[in-house]
Amino acid sequence: MGALSIRNVRKSYGTTEILKGINIEIEEGEFLILVGPSGCGKSTLLAMIAGLDNITSGEVYIGERKVNDLSPKDRDIAMVFQSYALYPNMTVRQNISFGLEIRKVPKAEQQKIVAQVAQILQMEQLLDRKPSQLSGGQRQRVAMGRAIARNPTLFLFDEPLSNLDAKLRVEMRTEIKLLHKRVGKTIVYVTHDQVEAMTLGDKIAVMKDGEVVQFGTPQQIYDNPVNLFVASFMGSPSMNFIPCRVAVLDGKFGLKMDTGGQTHVFPVEGASSALAAYAGREIIVGIRPEKITHKVDFLAGAPNFYVAETTIEISEPTGADTLLVITINDKNIVCRVHPDYAKSQGERMAFMFDMSKTVYFDPVTELRIL
Amino acid sequence: MADSSNTQTQGSSRFGRYLIYTLLGLVCLYYLMPLFIMLSTSLKTLDDIRTGSLVSLPAHVTFQPWLDAWSKACIGVRCEGMSVYFWNSFRFVVPAVLISTLAGAFNGYVLTLWRFRGSDIFFSALMIGCFIPFQVILLPMARTLGELGIFNTISGLIFVHVVYGVSFTTLFFRNYYVTIPDELVKAARIDGAGFLRIFWRIILPISTPIVVVSIIWQFTQIWNDFLFGVVFSSGDHQPVTVALNNLVNTSTGVIGYNVDMAAAIIAALPTLFIYIVAGKYFVRGLTAGSVKG
Repeated sequence: MGALSIRNVRKSYGTTEILKGINIEIEEGEFLILVGPSGCGKSTLLAMIAGLDNITSGEVYIGERKVNDLSPKDRDIAMVFQSYALYPNMTVRQNISFGLEIRKVPKAEQQKIVAQVAQILQMEQLLDRKPSQLSGGQRQRVAMGRAIARNPTLFLFDEPLSNLDAKLRVEMRTEIKLLHKRVGKTIVYVTHDQVEAMTLGDKIAVMKDGEVVQFGTPQQIYDNPVNLFVASFMGSPSMNFIPCRVAVLDGKFGLKMDTGGQTHVFPVEGASSALAAYAGREIIVGIRPEKITHKVDFLAGAPNFYVAETTIEISEPTGADTLLVITINDKNIVCRVHPDYAKSQGERMAFMFDMSKTVYFDPVTELRIL
Repeated sequence: MADSSNTQTQGSSRFGRYLIYTLLGLVCLYYLMPLFIMLSTSLKTLDDIRTGSLVSLPAHVTFQPWLDAWSKACIGVRCEGMSVYFWNSFRFVVPAVLISTLAGAFNGYVLTLWRFRGSDIFFSALMIGCFIPFQVILLPMARTLGELGIFNTISGLIFVHVVYGVSFTTLFFRNYYVTIPDELVKAARIDGAGFLRIFWRIILPISTPIVVVSIIWQFTQIWNDFLFGVVFSSGDHQPVTVALNNLVNTSTGVIGYNVDMAAAIIAALPTLFIYIVAGKYFVRGLTAGSVKG
């Protein structure tokens, strides 16, 4: 049995269903990310794991124990909140030891734990300050320290980085990852930031409207999204969706791409039988920006690599890459090009499409076809 | 061009500033006048009062009226001054203020951080208590006090003022606590703290500004109350406000304006003191909810 097991959990307030039967199971030491747009129920699910909210039906197991009816303090968990939720009237030291004091840990032991935690998070010099005297990043660190001091079997993080500025967020992200590596405990982490989800998670549960749309490793979710929503949610800049008509070409299927006056047909390699039902109809082709680059001569012409020349509408240099916007089938498409090869706005340029990881969606059901 | 318009605004703003200060000064004088007259009259001899004008300074400063007012002036048939009643007031005002403040804090805590089904309705119902005029509850309260056996006692007055004040203090604390993030309570629950421990150890210690507001408000209200005092107590149990009224109304031939004035100031002194000491917290506490993120 896993470290955390959520079985058919539902939550409703009156007649509105917030969670519609959630099933998730993770192993000991895994880092689970609950990600989704606001209102998808991810924070509610976390509150229910924590015991801060009641479960309408279903079961939650932490380790071997069913915790449905246990109060938060008996679930052997610790939680880090978005607003940090440090006790403003207490010093950092008291904040960390408050939970220990309640559980009647002897004074000497408390001091030892506080010292250890302070050392792990490198905040010995902050111990006697009040939360109001700390910066955002330091508060976040204290909040994590408070959680570590409890030494729980399960850590819960509720959007812990959303109140930090961009630079600090990246730093703290790394720090959380290091912490996970060092402590080796199971973590459930809620975020709406797909970058955090990708970088931190061992497993990701993408949620929408109270349901888990897809559950898997970050790479699985990135490469094999089950529907249009997951595909558009994960990845930054997000995946391009090109409405394309499926053409039949010498018994093979091809995709019609109109780059402003010029129509290309990109053949679909491999198992294309799934496309048979869509012959002559329109489907949605999903291709990530990094799969559309400048033309590399030795690759051009290889299976799955196609070249098309078109005009650059907008150029957005980010430093590492330059994002170029072009038009295909009357849709703006973002391409990720190495700055050395990127041409300027308004110029024509040959783009190479790597179709090997392209995904196809039904325009009506928005589900994956292939 | 930009410069000339700049100087123009500066000139007119300076004129406006003088106008504001003059106006504020006049208003200040107007409000300080009664206090000045009371103070100067209380330091005059009776002869001085008869011959001089109302606004003139005492020709000869005497503290005798103050001593008389404190320990000799006749209130009804007893001629022991205000002191007994002054301490009477303290004996019920202090407990009533503390109990109503604590109860308000507790109510506010429950109504915001431990919401229950119908807590908003409960709060609205409690708010109606702020709008009930004193007169309406006189008879039912007299009956209640009688049933409880605390009519005409210090405890009775404490009870009345706590009941009446709890609506106000609850309002103060609720509005202060809505600005506290729920996550604070959640964090404490996960830390293992219970309902009462969270209140004592976390919520109450961060409530200082609103506690000060509540204490000032309640102290002023209860100390200055006359109606409840006159209705629910008599004789030795009366508060200072009622005693002041009786002192002024007890005539022994000559009206001792100087003693009356001294007694009035004595009766007002504690509230004045509270405002001077804690006034800045009052303003800070009242605006705390609005500026705190």
